Amino acid sequence: MNVLGIETSCDETACAVVADGRRIRSNVIASQMAEHARYGGVVPEVASRRHVEQINVVLKRALDDAGIGFDGIGLVAVTNRPGLLGALLVGVSAAKALALALDVPLVGVHHIEAHLYANFISEGASSPPDFPAVALVVSGGHTDLFHVRGHGDYVLLGRTRDDAAGEAFDKCARLMGLAYPGGPAIEQAAREGDPAAVPLPRAWLPGTHEFSFSGLKTAVRRLAQGETPPPTADLAASFQEAVVDVLVGKTLAAARAVGAPRVFLAGGVAANGRLRARMQAACDEAGLPLFYPPPILCTDNAAMIAATGYFHWQAGHVDGLDLDTIASEPLAAGPAASS
Amino acid sequence: MVTVVRHARSVEETHALARRVADLLRPGDVLGVHGDLGAGKTAFVQGLARGLGVTGPVSSPTFTLIHEHEGGRIPLFHLDVYRLQKPDDLADIGFDDYVAAGGAVVIEWAERVAPLLPDERLDISLEEIDGQEGRRIELVGRGPRWETALAQQGAAPAC
Repeated sequence: MNVLGIETSCDETACAVVADGRRIRSNVIASQMAEHARYGGVVPEVASRRHVEQINVVLKRALDDAGIGFDGIGLVAVTNRPGLLGALLVGVSAAKALALALDVPLVGVHHIEAHLYANFISEGASSPPDFPAVALVVSGGHTDLFHVRGHGDYVLLGRTRDDAAGEAFDKCARLMGLAYPGGPAIEQAAREGDPAAVPLPRAWLPGTHEFSFSGLKTAVRRLAQGETPPPTADLAASFQEAVVDVLVGKTLAAARAVGAPRVFLAGGVAANGRLRARMQAACDEAGLPLFYPPPILCTDNAAMIAATGYFHWQAGHVDGLDLDTIASEPLAAGPAASS
Repeated sequence: MVTVVRHARSVEETHALARRVADLLRPGDVLGVHGDLGAGKTAFVQGLARGLGVTGPVSSPTFTLIHEHEGGRIPLFHLDVYRLQKPDDLADIGFDDYVAAGGAVVIEWAERVAPLLPDERLDISLEEIDGQEGRRIELVGRGPRWETALAQQGAAPAC
């Protein structure tokens, strides 16, 4: 069955057609990055307007690329939470209109869950990953560790207490005078730098699976705005290493703590080459298989929305045309024993 | 306008001051939080949330722009307008709806939208002092309600 996925929760207008939850038939992302780069961030008013302008174009392109017409769609899946309400409404309204007109089921999808499901999309003949796993979802808005026990069965182990890792990349890139988005800009600058050149703090928060990046951000600000700032390449490399050290160390510690036999990596920061390489090395050493999506499926995209919608539909979960948009909603609660 | 200045020597003292501000909050209140990257704006809002009895995590909403915290004495709507470029964008993220939604609205980087904020509000500015942990925290009460509240606060012993 062909599932149409629609994603408009933040700065990407995206539509995709995915067959049976795993095979991508089309994956169109109209990135608004060029528009936003001028501002050093996403501008919501611009985002909502662009979503409205682009949604029909992106939808048509996704169907054309998949070689199907509207009658080839068997299910519509759309991000309805969390995100900017004005942006979410564009995608949700389009999805409802299609579901009503085509008389096909509609499924609302949680954006963070969809990042996890990017790991289930097959690029080749590989079989989907198994459960249970520990999953690190790391992006501009989230740094979450989950114990993934099965389809739709998640326990939140820990998350950031302040800044998300991707947000730290964006803000520190700005402090270093680098471009937006900060992740790729810092990764590129770091290639010429020494990751051990600048001593920077790492918040390990022992005894928890939580993260904190605000102290690192403050340290970078002091150095970048100090009287003798270190070379940008060294600062970028040292910053990236500090973030990666903590992400890798705490993910492996979480896998040990819950006895998870495999690790999933997901979210926009999962496209960072240094993070992938270091996580791979650490998982190899620990004997844990590591799964991460190709970079195109790490960034916000609609293929992951379609895949997630398919698994929900398979489990019998469908939504009505009263599907609501929700600005803030955690994917999962923490373990019952913790506060 | 009434101004009260406090020095917090640690994050814990920042939280303690914010908790005392939280005790004053009523539905429809608007708080502006000001300060450089890393000045401790989110830490202050964490103290506000704890003071209201919100138990869930309170992190930076820079990317998502808004976090809604329920479960406390009144709801706390945590906005971060770092990425807004013009004050008019504030309307597009539903600011007026949040003010009317029966909770307190706290806005990080409020100076970016200052022209559109209500005249009656509490502005909180954080500034780094004394190296790593110390912060100078300035509370500016605007309008009769906050002028009165802060005058009482100013007479109270320092935290």
